[in-house]
Amino acid sequence: MRVRSSFFASFCLVLEVLSVALFLRGFFPVPVKSSYSSKSKLSPNLSKVPDPLFKRVVIVLIDALREDFVFGPNGRKYMPYTRHLVERGSTHSFVAKARPPTVTMPRIKALTTGSIPGFIDVVMNLNSPALLEDNLIWQAKTAGKRMVFYGDDTWVKLFPKHFMEYDGTTSFFVSDYTEVDNNVTRHLDSTLKRDDWDLLILHYLGLDHIGHISGPHSSLIQPKLMEMDDILKKIHGSLILKELSRRTGALPYLLVLCGDHGMSETGSHGGSSAHEVNTPLVLISPAFKRKGKHFQQVDLTPTLALGLGLPISQNSVGRLIQPVVEEASLRDQLRFLHLNGHQLSCLLKDSMPAYEKEEGYEQFRVAEKSHGNWLKLVVEGNTSEVLNNMGKKVLKQYLEALRVMSAALSKQMGKYDMYSMVVGVVLVFQLLLLLLLAMPEALSGASEVDLPVSSALLSLPFYLLCLLLFSVHMLVCTSAESACYFCSLPWGLVFGAVALSSALLCILVSMAARKGTKPPGKSPSRASGGGWSLSELDILLLAGTAGHTLSLAASSFVEEEHQVWYFLLNTLCLVVFQDVCRKYFRERSANIGVIGCSEDEDCLPPSKEGYAVASPLTDFGVTGADSERWLALATPLLTLACCRLLRSLNQTGVQWVHLPDLGHWLNSSEHKTVLSLLAAMSLALIYFLVQRRCSWVSKIALALGLLGVYSYRAAVGNVMLPWQHSGGNMSKGTMKARFVYVFILGIFFTGSKDLLRSQVITADARLKSRGLWEIYSGVVLLVALLFRAHNLPVLCCCLLVQSLMAQFIWKKLHYDAAQTTIMHYWFGQAFFYFQGNSNSIATVDISVGFVGLESYVEAPAVFLTALSTYAGPLLWASHLICYLSSENRSSVAVGHGCYCLALLRSVPAAAYVVLVTALRYHLFIWSVFSPKLLYESMHTLLTAAICLFFTTMEQSRSSSRP
Amino acid sequence: MWDQEIRQMASSHAIMASGVFMATVVPAVLVPGFSVYGTHLLWLYSVAGAVSVVNITLFWLLGVSSPTKKHTITYKVSRLVRSCLYLLLSCLFFHTVVILYGAPLLETALETFSLAVLLTSLTTLRCVCVLGPNVQAWIRVFSRHGAMSVWDTSLQMVVGCSVVGAWLGAFPIPLDWDRPWQVWPVSCSLGAVIGYLTGLVAAPAWIHWHRKHLTYKIK
Repeated sequence: MRVRSSFFASFCLVLEVLSVALFLRGFFPVPVKSSYSSKSKLSPNLSKVPDPLFKRVVIVLIDALREDFVFGPNGRKYMPYTRHLVERGSTHSFVAKARPPTVTMPRIKALTTGSIPGFIDVVMNLNSPALLEDNLIWQAKTAGKRMVFYGDDTWVKLFPKHFMEYDGTTSFFVSDYTEVDNNVTRHLDSTLKRDDWDLLILHYLGLDHIGHISGPHSSLIQPKLMEMDDILKKIHGSLILKELSRRTGALPYLLVLCGDHGMSETGSHGGSSAHEVNTPLVLISPAFKRKGKHFQQVDLTPTLALGLGLPISQNSVGRLIQPVVEEASLRDQLRFLHLNGHQLSCLLKDSMPAYEKEEGYEQFRVAEKSHGNWLKLVVEGNTSEVLNNMGKKVLKQYLEALRVMSAALSKQMGKYDMYSMVVGVVLVFQLLLLLLLAMPEALSGASEVDLPVSSALLSLPFYLLCLLLFSVHMLVCTSAESACYFCSLPWGLVFGAVALSSALLCILVSMAARKGTKPPGKSPSRASGGGWSLSELDILLLAGTAGHTLSLAASSFVEEEHQVWYFLLNTLCLVVFQDVCRKYFRERSANIGVIGCSEDEDCLPPSKEGYAVASPLTDFGVTGADSERWLALATPLLTLACCRLLRSLNQTGVQWVHLPDLGHWLNSSEHKTVLSLLAAMSLALIYFLVQRRCSWVSKIALALGLLGVYSYRAAVGNVMLPWQHSGGNMSKGTMKARFVYVFILGIFFTGSKDLLRSQVITADARLKSRGLWEIYSGVVLLVALLFRAHNLPVLCCCLLVQSLMAQFIWKKLHYDAAQTTIMHYWFGQAFFYFQGNSNSIATVDISVGFVGLESYVEAPAVFLTALSTYAGPLLWASHLICYLSSENRSSVAVGHGCYCLALLRSVPAAAYVVLVTALRYHLFIWSVFSPKLLYESMHTLLTAAICLFFTTMEQSRSSSRP
Repeated sequence: MWDQEIRQMASSHAIMASGVFMATVVPAVLVPGFSVYGTHLLWLYSVAGAVSVVNITLFWLLGVSSPTKKHTITYKVSRLVRSCLYLLLSCLFFHTVVILYGAPLLETALETFSLAVLLTSLTTLRCVCVLGPNVQAWIRVFSRHGAMSVWDTSLQMVVGCSVVGAWLGAFPIPLDWDRPWQVWPVSCSLGAVIGYLTGLVAAPAWIHWHRKHLTYKIK
């Protein structure tokens, strides 16, 4: 089957988007949420929460406290007092298992909510860093407990206004490991003397910092742990004093020593090795007699909640640590267990469709029933030994049911759905290989790909593969322990995916075989006709694409990806400059034989403008043909200067984001005049650059629209109007924005009308290119409306570079469609970062979603936000289609461009999907790699849409050809 | 064919490489507290100075550059002045390019200019020594198939390697390892010097390897 390469490319890309979506679904498991999850709706308590067991609780959380620092052979040396308490005193000590990612913030969430937070929570809570889920701290606050917190300010961010008194320390300077802890300890004496608090939380960061600096075996560890031990001794001492002076019958205290995560042998954390996962948990209270064994970290939440007489958080998957309550009466113990079991069974009901078949649920039902019987007997006044034994049996049943339910729930939560991920990766890779194998044909003069679809579909291996894969699917799904998205899909879809995968495999094999049998010398000639010898530009383009893909493996390069693109773009400009020089100087030396000006001299002033270059040359008496040459020479330099300016407009990334940039300077209120002038000039220049190829209707609409943009910005208060001196009333500018929207729609309408006419009625290439250009100008106007005022120069420079490069470089130097497409892609990526984006979710400008809307409406808000975030790549891609279809020399250019665009997007997307799978236990998986994964998938989706547009454009061309 | 020239080149390159080596070792002995990272600018200038001195001396002794027709003092002086001018311009050119690549405009101007000086001494100085202050000849050598002697080829390779080395040297800067060699411009100047040394080794080796296939136009 022969298909056009643009169609082929868009088809591949659309399928790739679907596979990436499958991968994402597996990578970000939807968290288990109770249906009464929101804090406003409290659970209708069946039985009231029993009375608290403890009056006051002190939690000493030591960051990166590893289990063997306390319980290991060195524990006696490191923390003598704690060890003494553990062995002699009234304590319970456990090993609490943390869940990966073993990073502080998710761990704090786990400790307070009892659930296992996933990345998707972070995305959902985009607007507020505060923890919105039901949690222990919130419960304590609503119950009127007074809380005091000292330590890592993550807590303060997660629980704003929850604490009666707090002092947050930032964990910014890793090299500081004394001051952070002194800042916590200095409050301790005064707080311990007072009596006005119920819950004291201390979070010490020093140990973690030491781990990051020098690892778990460094000489700094021991003094730090001894310091911590002293602190614990001090707190314990003062609590004992209070205990002595308390009235009889008052409740005892509880002192909790725990770590949020451990420390690997190299001193870092985030992964799932035993040293990172195992943390000590020591509960010290006069109410205890003995000690115990392994537990989950999240088990602390229900235990503390019940101990403090609070309801258990809705989404908690932890189970009560039974030894803690074993001193209470059997009736109370059973009540505690029942409460915990009820909460877990509610969560189970909400998270699993087939919850009734779940073993733990059944066990809980049985235990509940016998609990009821037992209670009936107790109420009747029966107090025999038999009853006591029966109660013990119920207790055992409860404990077993809790264990099974908790295990089932946590299995579902903090786990990657590997099967879906693998299926997604396999599909993505098959598609990428297909694209790569088809490269010679897709870029050939015919721009058509011969896909052996029918032969593949009718072959025996295809059916065998289908059967094989299907049986593998059955096997995996029936033996899977945890929920799997791909298994829960309807059969038809699964069968479609299986058939697709096996068909792709067959096609790949037969294409590879065909390539192998072909005589190797007769490789299809490329459109450029230059054979396979690569110029410097080709080498740079290929090496840059490959290098960028490789760089995604390093978290720093993901954080600072803009640097990679700026760097590559600069190099590209210099190489283009060299190409231009070579062309013109060689011609010149051939014609004239004398070179008057050195290469260096015209490189000197970096900030000259295109016209300023031309003028001194006319002074030298350089005539018309020459001025074009000089403009061509100046274009790459001007582009370089633009890039340098734009780069200092918005600082992004992580390491240098705090540096002052032009954007902040412009946005400060005293520079409003400058910003207004800059915005006005940019808008004027935008009009000047865009209008030249539009019809007169669009020209007027464009001019009015750009005026509207300025007045919108003035109404919102970003810029000033000369006649509006008092910046008094700031409105939302809804009317003005809508006014601009009308013109945008008008331009789109005229553009698509021209396109339709060129397609249906007349085969007029000029009409079509005008239509395309009008659509492009509509996009420009929309972006101008959405961009913030200080970003308008980005748009302006984008258009300037586009028109200069198109006129003097791409056309004049006869770059082929593939080269032009790669350059457009690079420019698009760089402009994505020039406008202030980065690879973290935080830089997405959500306010764009409200332009021209009175209130938040989801669909347009999401659309506008996505559009303005990806404005750079979108503008360059739409310029690409305008440029390629206006080009008269090759009719297949659009097809080539579409194919290259699809390939350029598939390579990093496929590589990144694999990388993320391999790095899923990396320390920065949630903070760095996951947001980037979302950006990559979004970009792939956008590119698929653009490729579809390319396909329709090419279709009309081929239909208009005969 | 050019066995003698290749041998000459190899030995002169060995002297240049040892010059770089000495420029690192001698100050370490003489100056207390000298280290490549700690007192980076000192190291940088000592390498730049050593490379310049060795280059000028060697090429003057070898007499590679095209023989001058005139021997008048004024002509020689004008050549010297033009060479110095070109070197200065090349420093400014490299400085501008580095700033375009994203170096801060003002804060680290001294470091950036030092890097430009180093790059000039590694690249432009050799051009001046081999080809003389003749921009036309430079453009000829650096356009495709422009080499007319083994020295031109070696010039291409050494200059290319130094520039590519400095270019690659910029890549570790964004990594968050907090190492002393990630400080601007340490990695770039190290990259440039390593690239230069690679070029010095690679040029004679490559020419020796390809001596059967190399053809030069007659001067």
